[in-house]
Amino acid sequence: MNPVAEYFKGIYDGVHTALIGMGITFGHLFTPAVTVQYPDVKMVMPERVRNRLYVNMDDCIGCDQCAKACPVDCITIKTIKSAPDVDLGMTSRNTKKRLYVPQFDIDIAKCCYCGLCTFPCPTECIVMTDVYEFSEYDRSNLIYSFATMTPAEIETAQIKLKKADEEATVKKAAAAAAAKLAADQKAAEGASAPAPAAKPAAPASGDKGTA
Amino acid sequence: MDQFLQSIFGDSILTQLLLGVLPLVFVLVYALVTLYSEMKIAAHIQDRLAYMRTGWHGVLQPFADMLKLLQKEDIIPTAADKLLFILAPYVVFIGTYAAFAVLPFSSAYAGSSLDLGLFYIIAVSAVVVVGILMAGWASNNKWSLFGAIRSASQIISYEIPAALAVLAVVMITGTMNMNEITKFQAGGIQNWLIFGGPLPLGHKLFLLPVMIVLALIYYVCSMAEVNRTPFDIPEAESELVQGYNTEYTGMKFAIFYLAEYANLFVVSAIAVVLFFGGWSSPFGSFMSGPIWDLFWFTFKGMLLVFVNVWLRWTLPRLRVDQLMYVSWKVLVPFALVCVVLVGAIMVL
Repeated sequence: MNPVAEYFKGIYDGVHTALIGMGITFGHLFTPAVTVQYPDVKMVMPERVRNRLYVNMDDCIGCDQCAKACPVDCITIKTIKSAPDVDLGMTSRNTKKRLYVPQFDIDIAKCCYCGLCTFPCPTECIVMTDVYEFSEYDRSNLIYSFATMTPAEIETAQIKLKKADEEATVKKAAAAAAAKLAADQKAAEGASAPAPAAKPAAPASGDKGTA
Repeated sequence: MDQFLQSIFGDSILTQLLLGVLPLVFVLVYALVTLYSEMKIAAHIQDRLAYMRTGWHGVLQPFADMLKLLQKEDIIPTAADKLLFILAPYVVFIGTYAAFAVLPFSSAYAGSSLDLGLFYIIAVSAVVVVGILMAGWASNNKWSLFGAIRSASQIISYEIPAALAVLAVVMITGTMNMNEITKFQAGGIQNWLIFGGPLPLGHKLFLLPVMIVLALIYYVCSMAEVNRTPFDIPEAESELVQGYNTEYTGMKFAIFYLAEYANLFVVSAIAVVLFFGGWSSPFGSFMSGPIWDLFWFTFKGMLLVFVNVWLRWTLPRLRVDQLMYVSWKVLVPFALVCVVLVGAIMVL
């Protein structure tokens, strides 16, 4: 194109495209707004949104897998073993609960909403909800404690465990003593009957398993 | 209007003072209305709603903004040139407000019926550049200085085609008195200068395309003179923070804003007087009279302000070289050709 034609074409294009743009914006002046009036009207969140974490403590077995999966270490879990005679009930998935969970804290201020904690959970008790409005004036208010145990309950659980442990050690000592006694007797009787010697040892190993 | 005021207060200084203050009342009301409507227009162009919480559809928002600005801390940077820094916003506003002195709002009211009205407006609106340069220099801030220098170069280059367009109109009307120019176009929409003015049909037909081009040139120049998108490189937020008023806060910042909006009306009003019949009614003698004149003048002015806002939210910002290209290589030659054509048509 020769320079003169280019010059006039440039001017024509400038005016022409400006008018096209004005047409478009004028059209948009009368299209209804696509935004919503947020605090009054809220958008429906998609089905699998990842917002605030929620833990259903009835199902938690204290396996600590979510805390291990968390890339920012915002989950803190403490567990207490239950005594053998205590029944903690079943989860909704029919797995036996064996651990007390006295502490299950999530520092939501650290949470990066990756959702990695929800995948390893064997009982699917830690989930991401669609709640997104939880601002606080104090950062410490953003540490959520999901544990349901009262301090008294924690104490009794600990005492029970201690007692069970003591009982177990007493039993173990008794079993060991019995085993030793049997061995001594065997040695005294001589090598005439080697087969019964194994018998006292069997219950001792069984005790170890339950302790 | 001046006779009316004189009949009440007598021939005293108070009368003159009231006459001078009237446009200020207009500017303040106009600034609030424009502030609100610009935000609303911008939002609706982008399919949003803008203010919705302060009053019905946020109509009280401009008052809230004003209150906020009044309460703001007035900061003067320690490295700034204190005197110039404080003076700058007032110089800018005075330069803008002085232009209101000759605007014929109605057949009954014009601050001053200067015979050199147009010349005066072009001269006095150049004072704004001085104020902007003062602000940029006194702020002792690189962004401010860049903004101010850009603004000065832009306004100076765009005054030339604007003045040429004004000159062409003066060649047709034979007067620089803005009231006379308006009266020249009285008698209905067909007599407006953009349609060739009240001349014989042969002249009109030849003048029509020339006048439309001249009106376009003047309008583009006026946009550049008020530093608004697409010619907003002096305050280009994305590169210069806020241009020459970066360091300004509180009321000084508000005065810059007020001056910008007032200037926007001044340039639109000049375009109205030059090409769109000023205060004269588009229906001839129908709906005319001092009050209707005021309505028509404000209505036409606001319409042009609306087009300006509309363009602001349509076009992106020009680069510096594009800005100079548009002024010196497009608008100036076209304006010169138009002036020669108008001269030839008027002689024939």
